[in-house]
Amino acid sequence: MEIQLTTLPTVGVSIEPPPSIAPIASVAPAEIFGISDAAVHYGAFTAVRDVTMTIYEHEITAFIGPSGCGKTTMLRALDRMHETTPGGRVTGTISYRGVDLYDPQVSAVEVRRRIGMVFQRPNPFPKTIYDNIAFGPRVNGIRGRAELDDVVERSLRSAALWDEVKDRLRSSALGLSGGQQQRLCIARTIAVQPDVVLMDEPCSALDPIATARIEELMCELKRELTIVIVTHNMQQAARISDRAAFFTAELDATNDRRTGILVEYGETAKLFSAPDDERTRNYIGGRFG
Amino acid sequence: MNAVELHARPSRRAASNLAMTCAMGLAVIVVAIPLFAVISAVVSRGASVVLDGFPDFLVAEIPPISRRAGPGMGPAIVGTLLVTGTATAIAVPLGVLGAVYLHEYGGRGVFARVVRFLAVVMTGVPSIVMGMFVYVMWTLRFGYSAFGGALALACLMLPVVIGSTEQMLRLVSDQLREASYALGASKSRTVLTVVLPAALPGIVSGALLAVARAAGETAPLLFAVGATKTFNLDLMGGANTALPLQIFQASSDLAFPAAEQRAWGAALTLVTLTFLLTIAARLVVARTLRRRSGWKSS
Repeated sequence: MEIQLTTLPTVGVSIEPPPSIAPIASVAPAEIFGISDAAVHYGAFTAVRDVTMTIYEHEITAFIGPSGCGKTTMLRALDRMHETTPGGRVTGTISYRGVDLYDPQVSAVEVRRRIGMVFQRPNPFPKTIYDNIAFGPRVNGIRGRAELDDVVERSLRSAALWDEVKDRLRSSALGLSGGQQQRLCIARTIAVQPDVVLMDEPCSALDPIATARIEELMCELKRELTIVIVTHNMQQAARISDRAAFFTAELDATNDRRTGILVEYGETAKLFSAPDDERTRNYIGGRFG
Repeated sequence: MNAVELHARPSRRAASNLAMTCAMGLAVIVVAIPLFAVISAVVSRGASVVLDGFPDFLVAEIPPISRRAGPGMGPAIVGTLLVTGTATAIAVPLGVLGAVYLHEYGGRGVFARVVRFLAVVMTGVPSIVMGMFVYVMWTLRFGYSAFGGALALACLMLPVVIGSTEQMLRLVSDQLREASYALGASKSRTVLTVVLPAALPGIVSGALLAVARAAGETAPLLFAVGATKTFNLDLMGGANTALPLQIFQASSDLAFPAAEQRAWGAALTLVTLTFLLTIAARLVVARTLRRRSGWKSS
């Protein structure tokens, strides 16, 4: 599939959902991210290295591991969000649908229109619920009132939030509860009809009920798109992910700083029941981290 | 076994608590005394002048000879509004743009650091020096005008606006910027539609502080505006006047009761103008905040 990530006039950007794909089991899943020997650095410091993995379409891929092992950094490298941190850069290759994300011709803004992100702490804009959802579509040049109304309703329905907020779309998003705010942020992300949604510990600030709703939502959404999630919650990774990657941190003797590495990556069922690496086994068994 | 003892015991803690509370109360009173003294002096001596034959004092021309009795501060009110308004129109957009550059674009670069340092230095420049500067650069070439005064006031306001705006931009959470980037918004769009609206209430109050300060400046206007006693609505041409200038002039003629009267009247008018401006901006900010936090839904 040929896609164009270089800067284009936004008028022509299609907002149609990606063409649906046949049930996963029957066909080999399409590759979304091809990551090969990638490392992310901040200035002279290497936050994570030796990452080689393939992330597949319509799957939920979980990044697990102890704090400081570079999971979040790796996730942020997938939509070039780490570039907002001064000194952030990537070596190795990360390709998205066959296009090198770090090709100088590729625009980070175009990348982020296709690869959305949900953050650890709900971060709605201090605007109305409606304007929060409509923000992304407006960025993409949608101006028509009716069209925006439609996108807002569709996104809120997909995020299972519509019934709770439909009567107060014009009031501030900051008046919602934490769980509602996080679902609003998911709705805001899917309003631009992304191909991939990256989630950075989206449930860590939420109670178990709100967490369950969001997990349910993720399982719904993976029919339409691809999800990569960072989580500290092992049960969550086991419950919802199709594949899992275990990261850990290694002490670099030369500068006494810890650098994350990818230890093991595979199907979740296998990784949790019969991991190949002893470090994975210890972590999953609760012996460290 | 004894019950746990949780009752307060008479101790040094209670005594020092009382002493400190008293000391703080005293400090508040000491601070409040001069404030109330100034306001009561201005109101008690100015009110009768302003209200006598209201609104004559606010609209009539200033008597051409100081010792002549009678109302009139109209030209000074118009001049103050003209000069301060023009200064605001120059300094606030420039200052906000400068702060956006410093905080959102320049970051920690050398140029941004130099500019930031100069802005801090500029805050400390005495206003009379700013007046001299404008006198040399503008007034000597183009003569007295309200615009010259506005330039001098704008120079005084600019560093204040830059400083307060940058402070407010710093308070906008990076999470909001990231949320915007994650939706595919460009940097300029993020600044315009997310960062500036979030910082708006703070930017407005900062700008207002600068305006209020500038409205009371006398020294820079002495050089640049001159002091006529007739109406002059022409921004660029001819000497103008302002309330602080008239207060200054009239108080040099205190031998004449009429001049003293007018000085008090002008003082009350100036205080009231500044006060009204502050209230108005507070209302605007409060309304914006209320709408945003969703107390009022439509």
